[in-house]
Amino acid sequence: MTPAVTAEAIRKRYPGSGALALDGFDLSVPPGTVHGLLGPNGAGKTTAIRILTTLLRADSGRATIAGFDVGTQAAHVRRQIGLVGQYAAVDEILDGRRNLVMFGRLFHLSPAGARSRADELLERFGLTGAAGRSVGRYSGGMRRRLDLAVSMILAPAVLFLDEPTTGLDPRGRAEVWDAVRALVAGGTTVLLTTQYLDEADQLADRISVLAHMGEVGGRVIAEGTPDELRSRVGGDRIDLVVHHPADLPAAAGLVRRVTGSEPEVDAATRRVAAPVGDRMAALAAMVHGLREEGIDAEDLTVRRPTLDEVFLQLTGAPTVEVAA
Amino acid sequence: MSAPADVGHVRAGVLPAEGSRLRWALTDAATLTGRYLAHLRHQPAELAGAIGFPILLVLMFAFLLGGMMAVPGGGDYRQALLPGLFTMTMLFGLSATMVAVVTDAQRGITDRFRSMPMAPSAVLVGRAAADMVTSAITLGALLLVGLAVGWRPSGGPAAFVAAVGLLLLLRFALLWVGIYLGLLVRSPGAVTAVQTLEFPFGFLSGLFVAPATMPLVVGAVAEWNPLSSTAAATRALFGNPGWGGDSWVAQHPVLMAVVWPLVIVAVFAPLSVHRYREMSR
Ligand SMILES: Nc1ncnc2c1ncn2[C@@H]1O[C@H](COP(=O)(O)OP(=O)(O)O)[C@@H](O)[C@H]1O
Ligand SMILES: [Mg+2]
Repeated sequence: MTPAVTAEAIRKRYPGSGALALDGFDLSVPPGTVHGLLGPNGAGKTTAIRILTTLLRADSGRATIAGFDVGTQAAHVRRQIGLVGQYAAVDEILDGRRNLVMFGRLFHLSPAGARSRADELLERFGLTGAAGRSVGRYSGGMRRRLDLAVSMILAPAVLFLDEPTTGLDPRGRAEVWDAVRALVAGGTTVLLTTQYLDEADQLADRISVLAHMGEVGGRVIAEGTPDELRSRVGGDRIDLVVHHPADLPAAAGLVRRVTGSEPEVDAATRRVAAPVGDRMAALAAMVHGLREEGIDAEDLTVRRPTLDEVFLQLTGAPTVEVAA
Repeated sequence: MSAPADVGHVRAGVLPAEGSRLRWALTDAATLTGRYLAHLRHQPAELAGAIGFPILLVLMFAFLLGGMMAVPGGGDYRQALLPGLFTMTMLFGLSATMVAVVTDAQRGITDRFRSMPMAPSAVLVGRAAADMVTSAITLGALLLVGLAVGWRPSGGPAAFVAAVGLLLLLRFALLWVGIYLGLLVRSPGAVTAVQTLEFPFGFLSGLFVAPATMPLVVGAVAEWNPLSSTAAATRALFGNPGWGGDSWVAQHPVLMAVVWPLVIVAVFAPLSVHRYREMSR
């Protein structure tokens, strides 16, 4: 089967900028899957999306969408794709419905077809109540959903989402995630960029981690399923903080028994920490054990590694923020 | 939100209602013209501002400054002034177009259009058509204000229509400059710079005073300013007193009021289309 998206050795340097934004970017996304492009600010995510959506020309390398070359067959590519850019690209002045009708017309639906598609999408994306309101007065989450709805007017074969939830509150993120899942259920291939590990984890079948390493420009430094990546960087961690320093040895013993690995003990912060396999089982066992042994716990958390920890593991260096 | 499968199934590549490219380019342009005109309806204050500013200039020049100025060889300054202000208003349209283009680019709308299977010319032609509508409304309002402050065209109806046509032709040419500059710049600061430069560009012309009264070199530049030709041609067509002048360009205002805009369009329309296609590529 033709991959939905491929990229081979893409290099891009912005005119007048010293460093390469992308330096040997590779990607292959099978149809019908969700691929996450994970990377810190300045890693080159937007640059990659812009090249794949024909907005920007690569200096070298090759990329295809559904088999069409983005450089030489741009018109074909544009018939296959939908793009939801980093900033919601909808008309702020018009209302939600007029936005959908206008874009429907630009996708060459008939006037009646554009109107009925608009109503359909407003309904699907929970925007019917706000259909007549100017988009300038939408919340961030609503605007994103409208943006998604626009890119779904012709249900594209490949949908590109550039940081679809950056700047949204948790409710807005959940709304967008639901919408993305719904699109995927309809058969669309999704390539989404994110700075959040948990977002890639929630949505993506596979993840490419994009980063600058030292002098080298942005490239994929790790690729795999969320589980594969997590096992490379070590899974979740359990953190236990006790009230009394005297409890530390008992606490360390408990954590050792529950996690099966040797915990780190930090006397200054009265903290015991260890990597953990099955997070929920470990949490239950910890709560039980603490009560059994009468340990007075101040805090108990199981947490995923942060993006910083992932990068620390993969690159051996903390993430470097590059001004975007 | 309802069942996922309802959102739509992949049917990309199959664009509905295939038709000729030209037809779609025109349909797309019409859709976008409709978009910009809808903006006007939703933002009446913006349109009022676009019309109000030149009206304010008319009142200022007519009642505050005009008394000091004279037409060489005699004639009522106010009669010569109004065609100059009409021309100046066409010039202001340049930055108005530029603002609209920059706003769309910054909001990501331009990128969305560019990622869609649309004719590149449609986006620009849609912009141009909408700006021409706005300009026609503005010019109409200004003509009425001119009449109200005592401006009297006396060239006959055909010449009147020709003069209005020349003004709109200039606006049409300058809007391509506005589109090109809007696609070129990245910061709103550049818009302010262009807005600021409109004034010296307008004054370095025969819009308000006769180039003959200026220092030699400056006067020559002013005579060759495209705005001068349109202002002089419309003065002639409206039957208003003008500055005259001995140079070739001053002797052929109507010809140059056609040639200049055509040259500007011939240069900036292709540049704009190219820039739109290649924007940051
Ligand atoms: N238009 C531009 N001109 C010059 N440099 C740019 C431009 N856009 C991005 N860059 C640079 O390219 C690199 C990658 O940027 P970008 O693709 O926006 O990263 P991300 O989307 O991952 O934050 C950064 O170093 C950024 O500063
Ligand atoms: Mg980005």
